[in-house]
Amino acid sequence: MGDVNRGHRPLSPHLMIYRPQLTSMSSIMVRITGIASLVAAPLFIWWLIAAATSSASFDVINGLLSSWFGALILAGVSWALWFHMLGRLRHVIWDLGYGWSLKTSETMGWGMFIGATVLTLLTIIIL
Amino acid sequence: MRYLTDRKRAEGFGSSRGGTDHHWRMIVSSILLVPLIPLFIFLAGSLIGGSYESVAECLSSPLAAIALGLSLTVIILHLMEEANEAIEDYVHGTAGKLSLIAVKAISYTLIVAGLFALAKLAL
Repeated sequence: MGDVNRGHRPLSPHLMIYRPQLTSMSSIMVRITGIASLVAAPLFIWWLIAAATSSASFDVINGLLSSWFGALILAGVSWALWFHMLGRLRHVIWDLGYGWSLKTSETMGWGMFIGATVLTLLTIIIL
Repeated sequence: MRYLTDRKRAEGFGSSRGGTDHHWRMIVSSILLVPLIPLFIFLAGSLIGGSYESVAECLSSPLAAIALGLSLTVIILHLMEEANEAIEDYVHGTAGKLSLIAVKAISYTLIVAGLFALAKLAL
């Protein structure tokens, strides 16, 4: 072990020097969509509390969510939730010991981006 | 000859600390998200935008109230773990500890507030 250059080896994982790849981007998006959904959660709880309180307080949050800006937030949150669900499902598949090849991992990465977008469009069409 | 066993040297480091427990909980709640996120999106999505009366009427049904209460609880608990995992990775020391507590406090408050509203609507 004497010839090993300790202390000057590149550190890994180091996000700044990594080339962006589908696997890393789809993975980091799982975390981002998870945190974004938690940040959006108070909006839903506000809506629920207002629905249990009075018609006047309900109108405030309902008006906000029914505006074009509210619709944009709702569409974004549903994309985030769908993406997060698919991303966590990929973790479960990996944890069960399947899908470890690079090709399958990348296919699942595309599946998460395309799947979340298709499911969000379906959600908007159905609702 | 060393009297220190491999196990003794490894204890308290890496996943021998508590990582396996957290990992397993994430796997369990990840599986739970597969039925609960579609349930939440379609149930909450069909209610949001509706009138005050129609929301109150739908959520007076036990089935709708239980489905919404269950999905919001499990989803927020999962998102709390997700946020705490990010904090453990990137925020260290006192700031990290306080952030972990803050995220837990906010998440539990959201869950209890949501369940209170649902109980009030349903009963």
